[in-house]
Amino acid sequence: MQLDQLYQEIILDHYKHPHGRGLRDAEDPQARVAEAHHVNPTCGDEITVRVATDGDRFADISYDGMGCSISQASASVLHELLTGRGAGEAFVVHQAFVELMSGRGQVTPDEDVLGDGVAFAGVARYPARVKCALLPWMAFKDAAARAGVGASPTEVKA
Amino acid sequence: MTTTVIPEGMPQYDDVPRFDVAAVRADFPILDREVNGHRLVYLDSANTSHKPRQVLDVLAEHYAMHNANVSRSVHTLGTEATEAYEGARAKVAAFVNAPSVDEVVFTKNSTEAINIVAYAFSNASLRPDADPRFRLGPGDEIVISEMEHHSNIVPWQLLAERTGATLRWFPVTDAGRLDESGLEELVTERAKIVSLVHTSNILGTVNATARITERVRQVGALLLLDCSQSVPHMPVDVVDLDADFIVFTGHKMCGPTGIGVLWGRGDLLAAMPPVLGGGSMIETVSMAGSTFAAPPARFEAGTPPIAEAVALGAAVDYLTGIGMRAIQWHEKELTAYALDALATVPGLRIFGPAVPVGRGGTISFALGDVHPHDVGQVLDSLGVQVRVGHHCAKPVCSRFGVPAMTRASFYLYTMTEEIDALVAGLEQVRKVFD
Repeated sequence: MQLDQLYQEIILDHYKHPHGRGLRDAEDPQARVAEAHHVNPTCGDEITVRVATDGDRFADISYDGMGCSISQASASVLHELLTGRGAGEAFVVHQAFVELMSGRGQVTPDEDVLGDGVAFAGVARYPARVKCALLPWMAFKDAAARAGVGASPTEVKA
Repeated sequence: MTTTVIPEGMPQYDDVPRFDVAAVRADFPILDREVNGHRLVYLDSANTSHKPRQVLDVLAEHYAMHNANVSRSVHTLGTEATEAYEGARAKVAAFVNAPSVDEVVFTKNSTEAINIVAYAFSNASLRPDADPRFRLGPGDEIVISEMEHHSNIVPWQLLAERTGATLRWFPVTDAGRLDESGLEELVTERAKIVSLVHTSNILGTVNATARITERVRQVGALLLLDCSQSVPHMPVDVVDLDADFIVFTGHKMCGPTGIGVLWGRGDLLAAMPPVLGGGSMIETVSMAGSTFAAPPARFEAGTPPIAEAVALGAAVDYLTGIGMRAIQWHEKELTAYALDALATVPGLRIFGPAVPVGRGGTISFALGDVHPHDVGQVLDSLGVQVRVGHHCAKPVCSRFGVPAMTRASFYLYTMTEEIDALVAGLEQVRKVFD
């Protein structure tokens, strides 16, 4: 059934039991901390993503927001996938997620790269929901840039 | 359900005008289609209505047989197109009981119609010789309400910024009614324009305007009513309403997109400076300056949406043929049915009037803490089309403390079976997100 492809068990799990939710202060007082607040103007969904980094590695990615199951589960998956990663690695995952979401259901996700993020493959078939899934990822990219950790320019496409 | 016996000699329940809903549905080709393997259940008519074959045929026929530009050609096609366009204006004028055909200005939609009035104020405010009723400056006030669609908020915010006037608004009560308790303090001699929604696109509330109109007249301000959600659903009579301007849009009343209406009192339109300049709106043009046509042409610069206007005329014929009283009554019954049916859904909270009195067939609600996007998505998988989001009325969402709402809205072709499908679909939503 179509709906099952969209609301995969993994997505509903992350929605009902979000990982790493709540904005946190950095453990390391030397860490660079920055955050970005993004809204989806068509539906009013909001998210704030905060990163703590030494410039090479994301020691923590915390978030808070309100919105639909897709946007909130996506934030939980982002936290799980990218926290503790080196910047280069994190942006590879970021790019893979953006490509998956921009692929209109034609992209086969790599579970080794995307982990639980593969569950969002079905979302890519619903153009109206792609923005929901991308909301936390775009906020993350902004927050990272504000903390002085930029993505490679080729990656900006969504 | 208890049955109330109406005394003899009083209007009886069966006296209300009715129509054959099944026959009406057969006029709308789209109602036959399936969505996601289910029969289409379209509950989003407040967003846009469907179009009957009678309107679609007129639209196609115009392009196929009578296509030409209007108001400028002596040839036969040009004459036919002009007659059809002006004929549509006459139909629209009669539909809202406008005293004169020249009081009907064709626009792109309600948004453009409101902006024409707002920019007329703006332009008049720059000219010392302009009609004082349209001149705004610091100390003057514009009054709207918290219940407005963004199209009746943002143009006035921008106008206030340009002129230095102050924007004020009526609050909304917990029950979703306009809070008129501060009417005397809110609408004072400082008010130049009061612009209010007639029927709320999100709460469904139908505002009783008589008391406000009286106050507006007392203080010498002008009254604009946004009738986008009332003209399609009930008889609207501009003389009876005693407004100065009303706006509405074609696509919500069985007509095409791209055509809307600004109705204004003749003497007011005549006093308003033009907004868009260009062809068709002039009297004469020289390199040193121009003079302008009388309304409505003054406000219809450029080639207008001709076929759309003609098709709107066909939509007016269609609605008139069924009868606006009958449509209003049909929707009232649907609303009563839906309010009762939705009350049976556990955890459902209705925003706006909970009784089918002083409200139309537009019902917004929350289902527990399930996000409206998710509600709408599950319903869509069952063929049920509802709107989710802030409905271009963010202040209303804020007023009720939610970021978004789910909205079901009805029209002349809506059946009680479709409300049953909505209720069944909401059970499915609860199963997925429990």
